[in-house]
Amino acid sequence: MNVIACAKLVPTGTPTLGPDHLVVRSGVDGALDPGDEYGLELALQLTEQHGGDVTVVSMGPDEAGQALQRALAMGASRGALVSDPSLRGADALVTARVLAAAIKRYPFDLVVAGVESTDGYTGTVPVTVAEILGVASVTAVRRLEPSDAGARIERMTERGYDVYECPLPAVVTVTAGAVEPRYPSLKGIMQAKQKPIDRPSLQDLGLSDTKATQTVTAVKDAPTKAGGEIVQGDEAVVRIADLLAEAKVI
Amino acid sequence: MSDLKPSDLLDLDALLSDEERQIRDLAREWVHDRILPEVEDWYERGEFPARELAKELGELGFFGMQLEGIGDLGAVAYGLVELELEAGDSGLRSFVSVQSALAMYAIHAFGSDEQKAHWLPRMASGDAIGCFGLSEPDSGSDPSSMRTTARRDRADWIVNGTKMWITNGGVSDVAVVWANTDDGIRGFLVPCDLPGFSAPDIHKKMSLRASVTSELVMDDVRLPADAVLPGVEGLRGPLSCLNEARYGIVWGVMGAARTCFETALTYSKERMQFDKPIASFQLTQKKLADMAIELTKGTLLAYHLGRMKEDGRLQAEQVSIGKLNNTREAIAIARTSRGILGANGITLEYPIMRHMTNLESVLTYEGTEEVHTLVIGQVLTGIRAFT
Ligand SMILES: Cc1cc2nc3c(=O)[nH]c(=O)nc-3n(C[C@H](O)[C@H](O)[C@H](O)COP(=O)(O)OP(=O)(O)OC[C@H]3O[C@@H](n4cnc5c(N)ncnc54)[C@H](O)[C@@H]3O)c2cc1C
Repeated sequence: MNVIACAKLVPTGTPTLGPDHLVVRSGVDGALDPGDEYGLELALQLTEQHGGDVTVVSMGPDEAGQALQRALAMGASRGALVSDPSLRGADALVTARVLAAAIKRYPFDLVVAGVESTDGYTGTVPVTVAEILGVASVTAVRRLEPSDAGARIERMTERGYDVYECPLPAVVTVTAGAVEPRYPSLKGIMQAKQKPIDRPSLQDLGLSDTKATQTVTAVKDAPTKAGGEIVQGDEAVVRIADLLAEAKVI
Repeated sequence: MSDLKPSDLLDLDALLSDEERQIRDLAREWVHDRILPEVEDWYERGEFPARELAKELGELGFFGMQLEGIGDLGAVAYGLVELELEAGDSGLRSFVSVQSALAMYAIHAFGSDEQKAHWLPRMASGDAIGCFGLSEPDSGSDPSSMRTTARRDRADWIVNGTKMWITNGGVSDVAVVWANTDDGIRGFLVPCDLPGFSAPDIHKKMSLRASVTSELVMDDVRLPADAVLPGVEGLRGPLSCLNEARYGIVWGVMGAARTCFETALTYSKERMQFDKPIASFQLTQKKLADMAIELTKGTLLAYHLGRMKEDGRLQAEQVSIGKLNNTREAIAIARTSRGILGANGITLEYPIMRHMTNLESVLTYEGTEEVHTLVIGQVLTGIRAFT
């Protein structure tokens, strides 16, 4: 089973927004998105058990090479990084088009991704990639194993989980906690140097118009909560009961 | 404002390769995730989950990381891992040092092919734990005075004696034991489940509490002929192992020092007295400046020795300089940091007192401060002042 894992470099620490409302990425320490590590771990386990290999695909600035290095050190076989100045500020649709074009260059049975990135939180890229590739997609996967139909997939729901039989190839997003991402090993880090990272240009991918269709025009903070009331003294119990009644809790 | 990093004022980071940085970051990340949340409790209870951690450390590839054909790490990368481990706790670093640089190193350097094939893979994976028995109740700085004996009984060896202060002793599968024979001091691989062998733990320690320290009691332990390490005779054997482990300490203690310094620096900027952060007092700033300078100097020294080791020209006396200087400065940094935290500094809520008491052991083991001073004295004067 050949698996493509999507990997994104996200800032370590709380992301900050620049004057153009985009996440500041230059000069900021970054790391492989922890959310992506779940997808990658699932991919590694599947290929270890059933053969095949894992290719990691990323779109981002040159520094995203670090995220790929980490994925290669964890055990992926090769990486692909699409990096182009015109992609700065790419929206979810453009990102999905780029990733889909990059993914298509490799044979694959499965594409895995995190449920949402920890800096952008749209959660729409993987399903859009599936749509562009014309394959099935399942979100919030907690378990996946190959089956006669393709894959047997458990999808998290609020109450428990649903079980799907899904044809392959497919795109799935993997929930946090579905698997325990491994640490790279020293050997892994040393071997990663030898592994190839492809750097296809937009032209190689056959993409000409990569202008974002959406731009963020304003960012408003949520109103800060006013300070609460501290109730103390002999009257406290009565006052708290009143407040709870007011709030219709009792 | 300057963009210099307080713990790396000289930007030594820039001297490292990408791979060395990744290795360092991996060790730091693992210590942060796995050790820091629990080590205070281990320390308070005086325990160390050796088996559990051995598996994880084996998977990471930290056991025997510096040995050719096992981890194949360069000396600087190896040192960086030791530093990050000891930034967590000296007990953790001791665990890895004893396994890698004393027990595995002895087998790797002096073992037969069969001994290597039997022990090294399982020790590298963490399935087997090793210890190194040189010190005895009456033989510390002067190991030539050891009383443990191994005598021939036809093809077998019979070992008798007591080793003392043995890190990992009680949790080991194999002990590298040094003993007197008719041909001088020899090393033996002693499986720890043999009749006549026991390893009672030493309790009531006030230092390295998150580390297993034991006695090794050997009462007519019968070993087959091939238990002896064939590759070395005399004190050169254990001393070359110690030299290897000592190199790791040169780096390791800078990790303990860094943790103490960073804790004190952060605290000094937050703690208000006389309506000001205590960092604004000149006396505090002098302490911080002195600590930062010694930290970066000590790390630079470790780095320099590391590159020399990679070039194959590092001498034992130069490792003594590193062990002596860095351990002494680390404990000074720990004590100064402790003072900056005031009363808070004495608790286990902060890491400083734990590191400070740990460093008392590190100052003593692998050659005391005095012994390394005399080594350097001998280099300078040509006169041996040990006896
Ligand atoms: C936590 C811990 C773990 C240890 N782990 C191990 C282990 O795994 N394996 C192992 O073999 N050993 C281990 N040791 C033992 C350690 O190596 C010895 O403690 C060390 O060699 C010092 O020996 P000693 O304690 O007998 O002190 P001594 O040798 O009795 O020294 C006492 C004092 O006298 C000084 N002194 C001695 N000789 C001279 C001299 N000629 N001139 C000037 N001063 C001198 C010393 O510097 C010291 O200050 C461990 C010790 C500790 C504390």
